[in-house]
Amino acid sequence: MNSVPSILVVDDEQIVRDSFSKWFREDGLKVSAAANAAEALQQLQAQKWDIILLDIKMPGMDGMELQGRIKEIDPNATIIFITAHATVDTAVKALKEGAFDYVTKPVDPDYLSHLVTNAIKQRTLTTENLKLKERISEFCRVDDIIGESPQMQKVFELIQTVAKTDTTVMIRGESGTGKELIARAIHSNSNRRYFPIVAVNCGALPEGILESELFGHERGAFTGAQYRRKGKLELADGGTLFLDEVGNIDMKTQMDLLRAIETKQFTRVGGNDNIKVDFRVICATNTDLEKAVSDGTFREDLYYRVNVFTIFIPPIRERKGDIPVLANYFVHKYARAIGKPITSLLPEAMDTLVRYNWPGNVRELENAIERAMVVGKPPAIRPEDLPYQLTEKNHILPTGSLAAVEKAHIASILEQNKWNISRSAEILQIDRVTLYNKIEKYGLRKPSAG
Amino acid sequence: MASAIHILNGSPIGNGPLQELSRNVGKVFGVRTYVTSARLNLDLAYDPSRRQFNSTALLVQLLNSFPGSEEKKIALVGVDLYIPVLTFVFGEAQLDGMAAIVSTHRLSNEYYGLQRNDGLMFQRLEKEIVHEAGHTFGLYHCRHFECAMRSSTYVEEIDLKRSSLCEACSARLDEIR
Repeated sequence: MNSVPSILVVDDEQIVRDSFSKWFREDGLKVSAAANAAEALQQLQAQKWDIILLDIKMPGMDGMELQGRIKEIDPNATIIFITAHATVDTAVKALKEGAFDYVTKPVDPDYLSHLVTNAIKQRTLTTENLKLKERISEFCRVDDIIGESPQMQKVFELIQTVAKTDTTVMIRGESGTGKELIARAIHSNSNRRYFPIVAVNCGALPEGILESELFGHERGAFTGAQYRRKGKLELADGGTLFLDEVGNIDMKTQMDLLRAIETKQFTRVGGNDNIKVDFRVICATNTDLEKAVSDGTFREDLYYRVNVFTIFIPPIRERKGDIPVLANYFVHKYARAIGKPITSLLPEAMDTLVRYNWPGNVRELENAIERAMVVGKPPAIRPEDLPYQLTEKNHILPTGSLAAVEKAHIASILEQNKWNISRSAEILQIDRVTLYNKIEKYGLRKPSAG
Repeated sequence: MASAIHILNGSPIGNGPLQELSRNVGKVFGVRTYVTSARLNLDLAYDPSRRQFNSTALLVQLLNSFPGSEEKKIALVGVDLYIPVLTFVFGEAQLDGMAAIVSTHRLSNEYYGLQRNDGLMFQRLEKEIVHEAGHTFGLYHCRHFECAMRSSTYVEEIDLKRSSLCEACSARLDEIR
């Protein structure tokens, strides 16, 4: 809001426009007047007005219709209706349509003074509220999702597409790929962002506990339930419920959850009252849900209910181009956190990171960088600062031909099994003769003792 | 810059009691003041449906009576004033102009069913004259509750304020000059 509040008076009677304008001008307000809807719209498009005094009855477009058009231009416009003979109907209609208040001509000067003061206060609060929300939105941005690869760009596109809707989202990806971060990004970009996102790790809780965790319980519902407790569904009211490892939910809880998702109603454990909630569901899993459905361990109806819009997060080994970006991001993150002036990785260290296959995905990469930041010395991380398993040659996927990968893999298995041929062949799922042939072919040699 | 304020008295109050009051007004603005009897044609501003007098119409009449004058003219009337959008006004001024009108009608205790108190009524009148004169000098309403430029919609609010300007309004007046 500007330092001097502004008022636009819209009335077809010049004497009314002049009287109001003069009155407000003496208050030091910025005032302008419009004789009809067209003039008013023209002024509203040219600049924002804090308060709009609007005559209900005007030739052409009347005040009610004009209010709709004004709200299209400025949804937060503070409108006060002016009417000669207020009826309850017109007053109620005006307020229902979003007007701040209405005044009947002639208005008591004291009433007008208070009304305008209150309207200015509300306008100030609304403006401040919007600014604060914008700042909250900035805080809500999920910076930790890093990725420049085409696969991750596609993921970002999908987040933007689905965030504003209320559609149930299924996030799939290996452990450590950042499924919860994606869920938080969807929530932060949704209209529910001012309400909480409540995460439940369904895989970490035993059967009875998960049920109570989700739906809450009444006092005395079970041994130890000394107090009534709200469940995650209630806590997520207005916001988002994030069900991580959804494939691990037991069959009974699946049934209750399905009902709660479909009806947005549930009862607490040990309770009778129906509790209404409004939440959006985002699920995540790294298990094969389709197989679970065919095995009968995951309800088919729940599967179709939660598997509406799927986002697949590719493992990091399938988007090697993101590794340097992620690594540099984590270096800067931990440099700030631990106050160490390490700003980069030596090219050999970066090469080690890129060639590693990262079974633990981004989480493993972050842990590796965090460790290197602790043990390393400024100004850059060296290969020896990285965790041992990364620098172990056998664990690094060689670049180049398929034969090179096969050679490295066989060497790794042999080393892990101390060159026990039978054991190594078993792990490699080939017979001993084939393994001997491959050892011969790739020139692998058993390290000499001592 | 105006060098004088002329108080044109058309109210039931005699010119004598207004002399001291006008001197105080002159001190606030640093100008000479004159009190003379003058009557506006009230009939032209009367609205029978409201049984009140349109202050804007009287203000126009006042302006037309002194074309080209640069000295401030404050007309006093004893009738109830209104502007079309408000139920009543204590007075009306031409913002940064040369004329203003002030009514004594709602300034007396009798109007509110209270005992007559001429002293209080003169204090109120002085404050309202300073207020409307302030507008003619280009001053806006002030938030300081004791400043004469504070907007008053109730007579009790007039009683709360002083007949002088606050520091901010005095400074603004100096700037205007």
